[in-house]
Amino acid sequence: MTVTTVPAAPAGRPPPWRDQRVLRAGAQVVAVGALVAVLAYLYDNLTTNLRIRGIATDFDFLDNPSTIQIAYSDFRASQPVSDAILVGVKNTLLVAAVGIVLTLVLGTVVGVARLSGNLLVRQTAAVYVETLRNVPPLLVIVFANSALFLQLPAIAEAVDVGGLLVLSNRELAVASPVVGDSFGAWLAIVAVGSVLATVIWAWRTRVSDASGAPHHRVLWSGSLLLVTVVGSYLALDGPVRLSHPSVVGRGISGGVAMSIGYGAVVFGLVIYTSSHVAEIVRGSVQAVDRGQGEAAEALGLSSGQRLRHVVLPQAFRIALPPIINQLLNLTKNSSLAIAVGYAELSALTLVLISQANPAPQMVLILMAIYIVISVVISLLANVVNRRLQLVER
Amino acid sequence: MSYVALEPVALEPPAHVTSKRRWLRDNLASTPLNAALTAVVGVVVAWVLYRLARFVFVTAEWEVVRRNLRLFMVGQFPADQLWRPWAAAYVLGVVIGLCVGVASAVAAEDPRRLAERSASARVTSRTRSVGSGLRRFWPLVLFVAVVLSLIRTPLPGLLLVGLAAAVVLARMVGRRLPGLARWLWLVALVGVVGALQVVVAAGGVGWDDWGGLHLTLFVTVAGILLAFPMGLLAALGRRSSLPAVRAVSVGYVELFRGVPLVAFLFIGQYLVVYAFPSSIDPPSFLVRALIVIALFESAYIAEIVRGGLQSIPHGQVEAAQALGLGTLQTMRRIVLPQALRNVIPALVGQFISLYKDTSLLAIVGFFEVLDVARSVPSQSDFVGQGLASITLAFAGFLYWVGSFTMSRESRRLERRLGVGAR
Repeated sequence: MTVTTVPAAPAGRPPPWRDQRVLRAGAQVVAVGALVAVLAYLYDNLTTNLRIRGIATDFDFLDNPSTIQIAYSDFRASQPVSDAILVGVKNTLLVAAVGIVLTLVLGTVVGVARLSGNLLVRQTAAVYVETLRNVPPLLVIVFANSALFLQLPAIAEAVDVGGLLVLSNRELAVASPVVGDSFGAWLAIVAVGSVLATVIWAWRTRVSDASGAPHHRVLWSGSLLLVTVVGSYLALDGPVRLSHPSVVGRGISGGVAMSIGYGAVVFGLVIYTSSHVAEIVRGSVQAVDRGQGEAAEALGLSSGQRLRHVVLPQAFRIALPPIINQLLNLTKNSSLAIAVGYAELSALTLVLISQANPAPQMVLILMAIYIVISVVISLLANVVNRRLQLVER
Repeated sequence: MSYVALEPVALEPPAHVTSKRRWLRDNLASTPLNAALTAVVGVVVAWVLYRLARFVFVTAEWEVVRRNLRLFMVGQFPADQLWRPWAAAYVLGVVIGLCVGVASAVAAEDPRRLAERSASARVTSRTRSVGSGLRRFWPLVLFVAVVLSLIRTPLPGLLLVGLAAAVVLARMVGRRLPGLARWLWLVALVGVVGALQVVVAAGGVGWDDWGGLHLTLFVTVAGILLAFPMGLLAALGRRSSLPAVRAVSVGYVELFRGVPLVAFLFIGQYLVVYAFPSSIDPPSFLVRALIVIALFESAYIAEIVRGGLQSIPHGQVEAAQALGLGTLQTMRRIVLPQALRNVIPALVGQFISLYKDTSLLAIVGFFEVLDVARSVPSQSDFVGQGLASITLAFAGFLYWVGSFTMSRESRRLERRLGVGAR
C-alpha cells in the first residue's frame, strides 16, 4: 500500500496583492467608489445649477395649489399638486387595467387564429400581426385619435350602435351593468347555490370514486347552479341591469362615457400589444414538444382533450413570462397618452412642470411611481409564475 | 413453423398525393363548420380589402404626401444641400453591401456549409436570383415603388436605382474579398463616420436641424452604437462574482427597464441639462436625448446579452480554464463570441424596437416622421380637410417597411446561424 502525501500548504496567508479576498474586496470598493464619485459629481452639478437658477430643491411645492384643470375628473384647481399626481396615477392605472384585460382576450383570439386549420383565418391573423407589430405604438394611438375618433360625427349626430355603443368626436360611451336594489339578495342566493353545487360536486365525485359509476358532476351541480342563478334573477326582477348610453343635450348619459383620448390610448395599445401577445401564444403552443401531443393521441385522447389536458397547460407555462413582459410594456406605454391629451401620469407631469413646479423633482416622482407600478406587477407575476413552474428536482 | 424474411422488406411510405382541390378543401372547408367560417371571414376580409383599395387608389388625396415628401424624408433640410443625404446614403449603401458580401463569402467558406451546398444542386440561374431577391425584399421594393409613384421628377428615381445598383455591386466586390473579414469593423466605422461627415462637414447641416426619416435613422443607429458597450458592461457586471458589482448592475438594469422612455426623454429635457458643470454650455437637446436613449437601451441590451451569457454551458469556461486561459481571455475568446452569436436575432429585435421608439421624439418636439405626419395636415393648403389619416398612414408605412424588412432579415439570420437548433 502506498501513501501519497499531499504537500502541506504554505503556512500563513499570501501577500495582500496576491490574496483573492483582498483583491475581490478591493475591486468592489473601487467599482462602488467610482460610481459614487460620478453620481456625487452629477448631483453637485445639479444642485449648483439649480441654485444659480433659483429653483427650489425641496418637495414643498407638493402642497401648493396646482392651479390646473383636469378633464373628466372632479379635481379642483385649488387642490394641491400631490392630489393632481394621484389623479394621474389613477388614470394611468385605468388605462393599464382595461388595456391588460382587452389585450389578453384579443391576443389569445388572434394567436389561436394563427394556428387555425383554416387557411383564410390563419393568413388574416398573420397579416394583422405583421402589420401592427411593425409600426410604433405611438403612431397607432395618434392614428386612432386623429384619423378615426376625431372624424366621427359631432355629439348631436352621434352614432348609436344598438344601444350598446355611442360614438361621437368628443366622447365615446359603452353600455355598462348597473346594480339594482335587490342585488344583495341575489348575491346571497347565488352564494348559497354555489355552496350547494360544490357539496353535490364533492358527493358525486365520492360516489364515482367508490362505485365506479359515472359521476355526471357537471350535469348535477351545473344545472343546480343554473337554476338558482337564472331563477332568482327572474324572481328578483333583474338585480343587475344594463345601462344604455344615449345622447342628452351636449353630453352622454347612461353607460360609461370616456374621452376620445382615453378611447384612442386604450384602442391603440390593445391592438398593438395584442399583436405581440398573439405571437407569444402561437410560439408557445408550437414550442410544446410534438411528442407530447402524439403521446396523448396514442393514449386515445380526443383532439379537444389533447389540447385541454396536455398541450395548453404546458404552452401556458411557456407563455406566461413573455406575456407578463408585454403587459408591463403596455403599462409603461400608457405614457404615450401624452400625445392625445389624456391626463395620465406623464401628461399631468408635463402640465405641472409648465405651471412652474420644479422639473427635477417632478421627473423624479414620475420615475419613482413608474418603478413602483412595474415592481408591483412583476412581483404579482412572479408569484403566479412560481406556482405554475414545474417543480424539478 | 415460422417464417423469417431474410431480405429486408422495403416498404415505401404511402404516397402523399394531394391535388390542388384536395389541398383547398383541407385548408378551407374540412368540415361544414370550417366552410361556414371561411365564408364569414371571407366576406369580412373582402370588404376590408375593398375599402382599403378604395382608400388607397380612389378616395385618398395623396397630394398632401407628394408635396411634403421631402419633409417626410429629411425634414427641413435645405434644398440646395440635398446632395449630402444622398451621398451619405450611397456611402452607407456601399459599406452595407461590402459587409454583407464579405460575411456571405466567409459563411460560404465554412466547412459545414460547404458540405451542405455540395449536397444540394448548385445551379442558380440569374433570373431565379433576381426573383428570389424581389421575394426577399418585397417590402423595400414596395417602398421604392410607392416613392416613385409619388415623385414627378426623374432624378430621385434614378438616384434610388443607382443606390440599389451600388449596394449590389459592393456586395459582389465583398464576395471576392473574404480576407477583409478581420477589418470589417473598421470598414463599418469608417463608413458610418464618413456618412456623418458628408452631411455635417464643410458647410453642411448639423444634426440639430435634421428631421424626418433621416433623423429617425440617425437616432436609431447612434442610440444602439452608444448603448451597446454600456449594455455589455452591465451584463458582465450582472454575471460577476463580486456581490457589490452585481448589485449595482441589477439596480441599473431594473431602474431603467421599469420606467417608460417618455419619462427618460423628460429627464433629457429637464434634468440632464443641469448635470453638466455650470461653467460649460449644456449640449443641444438632440445630444441630451441621445444620452438618455442610449442609457435606456443599454439596460435592455444588458438583459439580452445576459441571456446569451447564460446560454453558454459552464463546461466551456472550465475547458478554457483547463487550457490555462485567464478570466479576461476566457471571456473574450471563448464565452463572448458564442454568447453574442446566440443573441444576434434578439439584438436585431431591440434595434427594431428602438427604430419604432424614435417616434416618441415627436412628443418632446423633434421634427421626426410622426411629427411631420401630425403637422402637415394643418398647412394652409390642406387645413381642415381631415387628411390626418393619409399622412399618418404614410408615416406608418415608412416605419412598417423598415421594421418588417429588418425582422424578416433577422429571422433569416436566425435560421442561418442555427440558433436553437443543431
